[in-house]
Amino acid sequence: MIGLTDATVRFGNRTVLDRLTFEVPRGRSLAILGPNGRGKTTALRTMLGFQPLASGTRTAPPVVGYVPQYASSNQSYRVLEVVVMGRAAGLGLFGQPRPADFEAAHAALDQVGATRFAQDRFDRLSGGERQLVLLARALATGSDVLVLDEPGSALDLHNQERLLGLLGMLRRPRDRAIIFTTHDPNHALAAADDALLMMPEGGCVFGPIAETVVPEHLERLYGVPMRSIQVPGANGRPHDAILPAFAGYPAA
Amino acid sequence: MAATADGVADDVRHRGSRAGALAPFAVFTALLALSVLVSLCVGRFSVPVPRAIEILFSFITNPGRAIEAMDERIVLLVRTPRVVLAAFSGAALATAGVALQGVFRNPLVSPEVLGISQGAAFGGALAITLGIWGIPLLAVVFVSGLSALIFVGLLARIDGRTEIITVILSGMVVGSLFSAFVSLLQFIADPNSSLPAIVYWLMGSFATATWERVLISAPGLLIGMGLLWTLRFRLNVLSLDDAEARSLGARPELERWMIFGLVALVVGSQVAVSGIVGWIGLVIPHASRLMVGHDHRRLLPASAVLGAAFMVTIDTLARTVTAAEIPLGVLTAIVGAPVFALLLRRHYRDRSAR
Repeated sequence: MIGLTDATVRFGNRTVLDRLTFEVPRGRSLAILGPNGRGKTTALRTMLGFQPLASGTRTAPPVVGYVPQYASSNQSYRVLEVVVMGRAAGLGLFGQPRPADFEAAHAALDQVGATRFAQDRFDRLSGGERQLVLLARALATGSDVLVLDEPGSALDLHNQERLLGLLGMLRRPRDRAIIFTTHDPNHALAAADDALLMMPEGGCVFGPIAETVVPEHLERLYGVPMRSIQVPGANGRPHDAILPAFAGYPAA
Repeated sequence: MAATADGVADDVRHRGSRAGALAPFAVFTALLALSVLVSLCVGRFSVPVPRAIEILFSFITNPGRAIEAMDERIVLLVRTPRVVLAAFSGAALATAGVALQGVFRNPLVSPEVLGISQGAAFGGALAITLGIWGIPLLAVVFVSGLSALIFVGLLARIDGRTEIITVILSGMVVGSLFSAFVSLLQFIADPNSSLPAIVYWLMGSFATATWERVLISAPGLLIGMGLLWTLRFRLNVLSLDDAEARSLGARPELERWMIFGLVALVVGSQVAVSGIVGWIGLVIPHASRLMVGHDHRRLLPASAVLGAAFMVTIDTLARTVTAAEIPLGVLTAIVGAPVFALLLRRHYRDRSAR
């Protein structure tokens, strides 16, 4: 459905992606993990066709619901105006959004629970609210592929919980492919079926969560001792959690 | 503008108050009608308002009739073409300003930034120095404006890609170069004949407006403005970061150049008949944005109407305030700069108050 095959990307002399291969079929969810500067965002950009490939191929549908880490515009659009832009791909160069497009935008806002600020100005929302709106815009495209660039990184714990809940809700019908990058292996455990670990020394590990998001791989990934523990979740059932065992030094 | 009403209506359905959304358009249109009427009536030969309306009405219902009376000749042959040219120019420059500020994601951009105005000015000055007048002058102006844009395009394209910042810098470089050429021409121009003509033309004027000149510039102004207007929703998408715009199905680089080409068409057509008129493309979009918001589907038509009203008013002032005509560039700056300063202060005070 969406993915890369033997993809190589170079910035000058530096090879950022070296023969990277992964694929996300419809109905599955992929988390991409890796240290800073390893090329998570480059992998996303390459997959979406924003970054030229030195060799290899990419597979992607013509329209992908893309949620950037931050919104870029300095224009103060209203939330509804931002979300209806998700319909642009279907409207062509000279097209104007019709009432059906506004209905799709409203439906997407409903889906992420952001209807109450449909008429507010986007640039006056909090970081967590903006992310919901950008997610709504991605859903409004109608694409069955959703790509999120570090969706959790700028959010407080409450908003992270809400985002993971949304990703879980979108994953449940198993009718779309979802890809997101993250720094937190617990996000992968909560919302992904597969994980792609982009190792610091180069090379990648790709496979189901149960085989990839495990302490032995994560220790290599982050260079920090990692521990897997079981904690009771909100519903009382035990959940897997992964923690870094930061050593630190006692002060006295 | 039936389609505008459609676009506004779609929006209104989800906005609640229809009157609230349409009010700014009603105000701007009323301002335009008022400014046109005043402009037709005032001047050295003043025409009473009812008589002006009567003359216009009889011309519209019976256009083939011979124009004989003095007041008819003044209204229909002198003032109407001038008002029409001013209105088209103002609307087109404001539209071009909105489009450029959108695609550059920068509120301080105006048609002068791409070097188009300076290129066109050089063409005009060169033509005057060489003693070329009439339609050939217009052609030279238009071609040199367009070639300035092409220079900017070639300069800004590095490794097959054009970044927005390199376009702005290239525009400044090319604009400065053409400004220097204009200064050089002024330096060597004959102070008794061509120099005053160049200077007067560089400061902008509709004094030479005739129906012939309207017909020369109207196609470029209307086509450019019309196509930019059909791109109004696309401008929303293009005002996003390139990656976001691309993910929404746009081809930002190609479409940006399309918009630059349309802006060159508009600015070249306007400079060719009335010289350089600054400030409209900067002030009007900002003023309109405060009234109707940032969505280009509303901003573009609102700016066009307000730009037309502003240009007609400025032109009326230019020919009535003193016995001699005041150059337009001087007036737009004198009126535009303080208005712009006020708008900016109000805008940022509002923002910091939140």
